[in-house]
Amino acid sequence: MSLKERVANILKNDLLEITESKGDVCVEISRQTLVNALKRLKEEGGFDFLSDLLGIDNSDLYAKPKKKKKKTEDGTEQEQEEKGPPPPRFEVVYLLLSLSTNERLQVRVRVPEDDLELPSVTSLWRSANWPERETFDMFGIRFNGHPNMRRLLMWDEFQDYPLRKDYPLEGKGEERHLNYNIA
Amino acid sequence: MAKEIETVCITTGPTEVGDYVTLNIGPIHPAMHGTLRVITKTDGETIISAKPEIGYLHRGVEKLGENLTYSQFLPITDRLNYCSAICNNVAYEMAVEKLLGIEVPPKAQLIRMIMMELARIADHEVCVGILGVDLGALTPFFYLIIQREEIYEIFEWHHGARLTNSMGAIGGVEADLPDRFHEKWPRMRDSIRKANDDTDKLLTHNRIWMDRTVGVNAFCGDDALNWGFTGPMLRACGVKRDLRKNEPYLLYDKVDFDIPAGKHGDVFDRYMVRMLEMEQSVKIIDQAYAMYKELPEDAPLMKKVPKILRPPAGQIYHAIESPNGELGFFIRSDGSDKPYRIKIRPPCYMVYQAFDDLVKGEMISDLIACLSSLNVIAGELDR
Amino acid sequence: MKFQAIHGEGWLLTKAEQLINWGRSRSPWPFPYGTACCGIELMCALASGYDMARFGAERVAFTPRQCDVLIEAGTITKKMVPVLKRIYAQMAEPKWVIAVGACACSGGVFRTYSTAQGIGSIIPVDVYIPGCPPRPEGILYALLKLIDKIEADHPLYKQRSKVVEALEAAK
Repeated sequence: MSLKERVANILKNDLLEITESKGDVCVEISRQTLVNALKRLKEEGGFDFLSDLLGIDNSDLYAKPKKKKKKTEDGTEQEQEEKGPPPPRFEVVYLLLSLSTNERLQVRVRVPEDDLELPSVTSLWRSANWPERETFDMFGIRFNGHPNMRRLLMWDEFQDYPLRKDYPLEGKGEERHLNYNIA
Repeated sequence: MAKEIETVCITTGPTEVGDYVTLNIGPIHPAMHGTLRVITKTDGETIISAKPEIGYLHRGVEKLGENLTYSQFLPITDRLNYCSAICNNVAYEMAVEKLLGIEVPPKAQLIRMIMMELARIADHEVCVGILGVDLGALTPFFYLIIQREEIYEIFEWHHGARLTNSMGAIGGVEADLPDRFHEKWPRMRDSIRKANDDTDKLLTHNRIWMDRTVGVNAFCGDDALNWGFTGPMLRACGVKRDLRKNEPYLLYDKVDFDIPAGKHGDVFDRYMVRMLEMEQSVKIIDQAYAMYKELPEDAPLMKKVPKILRPPAGQIYHAIESPNGELGFFIRSDGSDKPYRIKIRPPCYMVYQAFDDLVKGEMISDLIACLSSLNVIAGELDR
Repeated sequence: MKFQAIHGEGWLLTKAEQLINWGRSRSPWPFPYGTACCGIELMCALASGYDMARFGAERVAFTPRQCDVLIEAGTITKKMVPVLKRIYAQMAEPKWVIAVGACACSGGVFRTYSTAQGIGSIIPVDVYIPGCPPRPEGILYALLKLIDKIEADHPLYKQRSKVVEALEAAK
């Protein structure tokens, strides 16, 4: 049984989409069933190792309206804009690994901009601890149930979320000041 | 609370919080390797908790990657793990090649293997040397550094840089092995072994060394896997996992080598695993060099790739075994000439986050031993 | 009338200055502040092979309070800036600074939101070394340049007003 079929068997109804690019299988699941689905993948599917966890800001990707080329009857190509609301802005990708079969699986969850919250998976893998903090630091996505949801790389007083696409590469001129209270 | 500790610790040193003493170590502390910082809570000399604070070398590499083209990002990868830059280069090149769907000619693969194993030896030499320095054994460091200079000499002949190598390109390597390598390698093999032997004689059975390392920070394999350990750290805990064997890339499935593994996961085991791995690396280079000799001299080195790379849209993750463990690159492409998102999975990031668990209940001086044995490189830790 | 030598550059003052400079230039104790890649090259320069101790940088001080030269090797991020300022403030006079590598000089390739663009705007720097990273020979050359600078210094002449004040007060 191929990896795709096995994963589909385990996830059943929770599976929203399954794609493959260059041999890397990626499944999409919804926010509500995240922890449950990952738990089943860990226990039944054998994906017992969390390599990494990362956030992606898709706003640039959706800023350009997707154009679909459609052939009309007289043979000329006409561009048609795709309709419907744009998908949620952020997504979080979990990179799983099965230690027994050495297969890798990407699990992605979409997070809308107006409700930046996800359940934490630190109860399943402790290795999710810092990556979740980093995702909060860089994108502002909060993980509920995380033991220490603080900034990781930037200093605590830093206001913005640097890896968002609307944040400039060279920053907004923030500087860090420490108030030493020398007695 | 955290802010409070920060200001208090820097200014007035140890301050009592309850029954325990909060002690700040770093970021500028001789044993903290430049930019690492740990806020410890101690009861006498015993550590109750140790909270690492990172980000003092966060240079925005991932954001920079989104604003550079695929080829331009290659030199930036040197500055991740600067002790073994070649491994980063090859990891990134291989990730982009996977995205493009191209395969590199065998000669280029062998050159990459030889150079990567040399880089692995150099990295382990630094790690073992610094571990010795931090524990008070300065002499092995001098032996190993001299050996490392010889390896740097080969790097310089091949691609002109000592430390930040930027070796190869997407699609292969630019230059063949330098002519001088052929005379140098047989001599160097012996000198690497000799430097290792000298270090081994000075340290391994040394009474002081054993007192400081055996049984310090012992860690079990299951915990290590749960924390996301990879590389020598995981193997020291007794889990035989090496991406070169488990998910072979390049031509590693055609060479014969062993995976050294420890038992207890203590500092001594980590040291031993690194020492034995250097031996295995020499073995791998010998075999790869023999395979290289069999190839015709005019065998291609580069796959023809366009000057401006525009990989098809998609996302991939590719990992290799760097000296510290699994070094992975996640790249999402949107079809343009710049990556849409690059995420680096640094091996020591996962190891260092378990620091609290590792040193809990140990003495403060063991914290230094533990940190050195983790081989935390700030460049790839903070990115 | 006794202090004429101090007001100008008299014989006594020059000789005393030469003595002080000789002492200072022969023992520039470094504080290796290696934060990134350049720290590894600095390590090579300090260790066997290149051996910086040949030029008097024998004792590597691991505390800013007992050093003369701050060798800043590596990137300084914005998070690190207050720490660097504090380290510099802790050093006792006379103090000199060598900025090693492109990142310490100008930020280098890291023109990003989190990197300070050179340490020249944070603390005064005496010698800049270009390169990413510079070779150990470069670091040795910078040390020699710094020694030249120390030898050409006028430690007493600079402080002559203070010396005159002190002597007047003593009278």
